[in-house]
Amino acid sequence: MAHFEQWTGFTGRNWKDSVDVRNFIQSNYTPYEGNEVFLEGPTEATNQLWNRLQELQRAERANGGVLDMETEVVSGLTVYGPGYLDEKLKEKEAIVGLQTDQPLKRAFMPYGGIAMAEKACTTHGYQPSEKLHEIFTQYHKTHNQGVFDIYTPEMKKARHNKIITGLPDTYGRGRIVGDYRRVALYGIDFLITRKQYDFDRFARHGMNGTDFRLREEIADQIRALKEIKEMAQLYGFDISAPAKNAKEAVQWLYFGYLAAIKTQNGAAMSVGRISTFLDIYLERDLKNGVLTESQAQELIDHLVMKFRMVKFARVPSYNELFSGDPVWATLSVAGLGQDGRSMVTKTDYRFLHTLENMGPSPEPNLTVLYSSRLPENFKNYAALISVKTSSIQYENDDVMRPVWGDDYSICCCVSATETGKEIQFFGARANLAKCLLYAINGGIDVKTKEQVGPAYRPITSEYLDYEEVMERYDAMMDWLSKLYVDTLNMIHYMHDKYNYEAAEMALIDTDVRRTFATGIAGFSHVVDSLSAIKYAKVRVIRDKDGLAVDFDTQGEFPRYGNDDDRVDELAVRLLKMFMHKLKKCHTYRNSEPTTSILTITSNVVYGKATGTLPNGRKAGEPLSPGANPSYGAEKNGLLSSLNSVAKLPYELALDGISNTQTISPDTLGSMDEERKKNLVRVLDGYFDKGAHHLNVNVFGVEKLINAMEHPEKPEYANFTIRVSGYAVKFIDLTREQQMDVISRTCHGGM
Amino acid sequence: MKKKSTNKREVLTGWIHSLESFGSVDGPGVRYVIFFSGCAMRCRFCHNPDTWRQRAGTPYTADELLQKAVRYRPYWGNNGGITASGGEPLLQIDFLTELFQKAKAQGIHTVLDTSGSSYTKEEPFFGKFQKLMQYTDLVLLDIKHIDEICHRELTGQSNQNILELARDLSDRNKPIWIRHVLVPEHSDEDIWLLQLREFLDTLKSVERVEVLPYHTLGVYKWKELGMEYPLEGIEPPSKERIENANRILKTGKK
Repeated sequence: MAHFEQWTGFTGRNWKDSVDVRNFIQSNYTPYEGNEVFLEGPTEATNQLWNRLQELQRAERANGGVLDMETEVVSGLTVYGPGYLDEKLKEKEAIVGLQTDQPLKRAFMPYGGIAMAEKACTTHGYQPSEKLHEIFTQYHKTHNQGVFDIYTPEMKKARHNKIITGLPDTYGRGRIVGDYRRVALYGIDFLITRKQYDFDRFARHGMNGTDFRLREEIADQIRALKEIKEMAQLYGFDISAPAKNAKEAVQWLYFGYLAAIKTQNGAAMSVGRISTFLDIYLERDLKNGVLTESQAQELIDHLVMKFRMVKFARVPSYNELFSGDPVWATLSVAGLGQDGRSMVTKTDYRFLHTLENMGPSPEPNLTVLYSSRLPENFKNYAALISVKTSSIQYENDDVMRPVWGDDYSICCCVSATETGKEIQFFGARANLAKCLLYAINGGIDVKTKEQVGPAYRPITSEYLDYEEVMERYDAMMDWLSKLYVDTLNMIHYMHDKYNYEAAEMALIDTDVRRTFATGIAGFSHVVDSLSAIKYAKVRVIRDKDGLAVDFDTQGEFPRYGNDDDRVDELAVRLLKMFMHKLKKCHTYRNSEPTTSILTITSNVVYGKATGTLPNGRKAGEPLSPGANPSYGAEKNGLLSSLNSVAKLPYELALDGISNTQTISPDTLGSMDEERKKNLVRVLDGYFDKGAHHLNVNVFGVEKLINAMEHPEKPEYANFTIRVSGYAVKFIDLTREQQMDVISRTCHGGM
Repeated sequence: MKKKSTNKREVLTGWIHSLESFGSVDGPGVRYVIFFSGCAMRCRFCHNPDTWRQRAGTPYTADELLQKAVRYRPYWGNNGGITASGGEPLLQIDFLTELFQKAKAQGIHTVLDTSGSSYTKEEPFFGKFQKLMQYTDLVLLDIKHIDEICHRELTGQSNQNILELARDLSDRNKPIWIRHVLVPEHSDEDIWLLQLREFLDTLKSVERVEVLPYHTLGVYKWKELGMEYPLEGIEPPSKERIENANRILKTGKK
């Protein structure tokens, strides 16, 4: 059993024998049932630093969305000397470390694809180094090139026609959460010895290709760990041993995360679940009288400030998919333990309190792991912060805990993975709405007129027959699911090969489990279209080529979003159909296939590529985001809509079912005190019904319109709204997306 | 209206204008709000003129409504429930009573949101009302104007029976939330607010007084119904006037 003097005062055994942060947390944390009165406001240092950061953010915005970019140096753990938010204020930074040498300067990351890295620069007026171009085109292959080398013509066509879409073949896959807490609890040296042990353990006779791959990966991980130590050394810290106090614990943990964001520009770079862990250190120092509450809050504020500074160089096509420069530095708080104790600590309050101390912000993507059994005080506080800032999302701990245990993290916008034990292969989306049109049109895309899917018999009748449509849809979806999974298998093979996440994987168990996270776009529109076909009469309007380009739907039909079982059952059936097909496919590295119904802001782009549907949605119009009901479908208010979404079984979509709702303050109650309580009721009811996720926005449509027309007003600089699975500054959305958000806002008419 | 049930017994049905699954300003907590069709008043500021017509909308039995309502029970916590609003629910008092009676049998908290305009001490209404009160937990009572003449001008009806209803509820010790729509130039003058407050002081079961600032979000409905909007040109009250009304009605002080 290992022993370090830095562990004085901590109890438990298992976590000392082997790397087991969960056991450390369960053995040592102090649940907190009280309310928020203990919280402290920002310190002078916090105010100064935050003001400076806001200045930089304004300058970034004025500069077209990018403050500065690297063009000469390939990003890495030790390629930059220490960087600070402000040289003059560096003594005030309780937590230090930047991705590059300057704040908000974006690093050059070519391993995903040199063309994209260069395009990101040139789009913003920067000229990347010719030398790097030469190296990454002539001497070193990238992920993107690897993928396109092996794609089949059919895959390229499906990708080009956007029936499979948003694929991580032009950007980092992300969604891998290192267990950054390990750096604080064990120090780097201990972690190296454990990885060395694994390296030896996997030496055996008769090794084959997969064994070689694993040994190479562990070797890369060990190298990364050594470099992380050097990186910290550049800032004057020796992180070879465990952190001895709260300040060190926060700093050590942040160095772990910093290593991830220096080496990877994944679509989601989550922080994980750190609040209960850090609370143990903060509590120990508070108890020993070496830390005040104000200092404790300052550590959390400064850590969060760092999360607010994470930046990546992106290409325009990425920004169309994921608008507003998100990084999904997702940070999960609260939840319950397997033993039934609440995992809410004072530090869970402290993280939410950063939204008061430094105002609303899209990052970190604060996620409350919710259960109606959380302490009432905490539920009320979280709801109050939602009402004030619209910056929090909620996910149902009661449905996730049985699947992922009590130490899972949200690894992207809404998906869970067990921290340090598991990773996810992110797989973007299959557009099931387009697939329905392919089923009707025999595999021909109405937009491009190309034969993309197999040339199955098209439907030729004047009116659509439900049984016939379902039969054709089933066959077309079979084709789509296989092609989709094959494509993702190639992407992840090449990502492992050319853009391996060594620094993150170094902080994850060698015996890692993997999920294979597919996704669905166009969900509600397919459901409503099937309902229209089943319960109303849908006449097909065909163009001169005989393609179904429009539909004349006669009569009423139930729409998803009204708590009407007739159509909600179709929604469950659709999900089940798709999931079952995925399970029939071989998935890379024996990963477990899952699916999601979440679309971020990409619903606008996906919609552009999708033709007119039988539910009345016209060609090119945005799809509704995630699992949200279609625009205007809901006729009985918020809770009816929630009840419909809650019927989708989480076990069929373990990667997440995202739902975004905007409630005007007046609809939520007449005073903040009531609004908070009513919001808690909504959350209790929704999650007790087994729903998975809810984004909560509290504002009226007038505010959105005003912010769209007057983005320069200071009150809108940090105006944050929740969109499918993440938060974003409203003024950073494209006008098209702003209009989309406005058109589906909101619950609160009269 | 009577509807034949399957066992040939006649079942009461009510005419319902619409249903709202998430009411949060219609009584305590989160509520399922049932908007009854039909209203006898013609308030010039009405934001739901589409609910005036009687025997319009969709007919439902009490059981049908409750089956829908209980789907939202998980959201009600310890203080939510159903609210009958409208329109004027008292115009369908037989149906309303059956609805509330059945709701109480299931332990559901019941709120009546009424303008009181059809209240009278005369039979057969009064006997029915007494029965209804056995199954009603809270009454939201609109007092549109304290002055008889102004009330007639604003709503087309007398306020005498409405004030009588308030006293009746007070005598029964039935919890009341008084609601007052604040319409500039019509009902927001201090003299009327003070007078209203004086009246409220004579009641003993008022738990809450709410000022509902006049708004224009319902104007489009008048136009849709082909009617001229009588308060054209009147703007919603200012924040100061709303605060003033709240101060007077809640404390009795200017």
